[in-house]
Amino acid sequence: MLDSVGVHEVALSTQLAGVVERAARGRKVLTVRIEVGVLRQVVPASLDYAWGFVIKGTPLDGAQLDVRWVPAVLRCSCGFEGEMGEEINLLCPRCLAPAEILSGEEFRVTDMDVAR
Amino acid sequence: MGRFHRHDDGTVHSHDHDHRHHHHHDRDHEHGHDHDHPHEHRDVGDHSGYETGRERIEVLEDIFTENDRCAADNRAEFDAHGVECINLMSSPGAGKTTVLQRTLESLGSSVRVGIVEGDIETSIDADRLGGYGAHISLLNTGNGFGGECHLDAPMVRRALDALDLDQLDVVLIENVGNLVCPAEFEVGEHRKAMVYSITEGEDKPLKYPVMFKSVDAVVMNKMDLAPYLDFDMELFKENLRKVNPTAPVFEVSAKTGEGIAQWVQWLVPAKA
Repeated sequence: MLDSVGVHEVALSTQLAGVVERAARGRKVLTVRIEVGVLRQVVPASLDYAWGFVIKGTPLDGAQLDVRWVPAVLRCSCGFEGEMGEEINLLCPRCLAPAEILSGEEFRVTDMDVAR
Repeated sequence: MGRFHRHDDGTVHSHDHDHRHHHHHDRDHEHGHDHDHPHEHRDVGDHSGYETGRERIEVLEDIFTENDRCAADNRAEFDAHGVECINLMSSPGAGKTTVLQRTLESLGSSVRVGIVEGDIETSIDADRLGGYGAHISLLNTGNGFGGECHLDAPMVRRALDALDLDQLDVVLIENVGNLVCPAEFEVGEHRKAMVYSITEGEDKPLKYPVMFKSVDAVVMNKMDLAPYLDFDMELFKENLRKVNPTAPVFEVSAKTGEGIAQWVQWLVPAKA
């Protein structure tokens, strides 16, 4: 599993665990809800595995990851606004100018459930 | 890309649980679950069956916030000493260290260069850069899980302790050779560049969009091999533009020195 993409998710999970641990302030974490944009190059199965790997044996062990995948939405001054197609392309599909990225680059913790 | 969310073992799930809710179910559970929508777990709802009380905490924090704070401090440190910092990334084997050797040669003594050398193990890269007059601070990342695949801001913070910024004009950070992780981590640089090579094909910008999108310049190395390869430069640039509309491509050969002057001009415009 630790090919270069798997290691990516381990690095991301390590950062994630840091945010979660600080926000938990010692309480037991049950569920962590995150938003991950599709442009972040994250493989879902690798993220699940990496998260489990990173938290194993730590106070976060057992915390479940709940991921909302955020689509890539582009906007262009020509008037186009819409989701990026199947192939990665940040140019406006209508006029081929570089488009503004409205969403799709997120990697953040939105909220989490802790034991009372 | 993470645009699809399936459980690879084919398990389907329901959220109408009367037992503790979690994602990794035993295979002998059977649930009906609505999975034909982008996987939205906004269950603000009913968890009445849980054994333990649970409390929901809002966090709203980007996972890189802590790292980026440290990176901003590093950048402020550079600014306070009038030092420009460039984060140099690449895939392993693109020729980053050789390009750096040529760069140091070209800059000579007119520019005072510091190098933060990131390598998983060994001092091989740092050793190759000795003798050009640059001040080198070596970071071995090998203490992570089998070696960190990237440099982060706290690591660069530590490396700066070994450099006297008063004596430098430019700091070049030679990041770990890796097309994935380094681009995720701000380290305090003013600009990012990457070394690529024509032996790596035309489609990597589409496979590694995070890296190619993040850089302010691409150094295309090994141009001396062009006659022996079917590399399509126009196709590469077309792919690059799909993820990075503005980064210039410097076609160089670290072996022959071709194109190095133009790259160095971009690197240290005020001083080259």
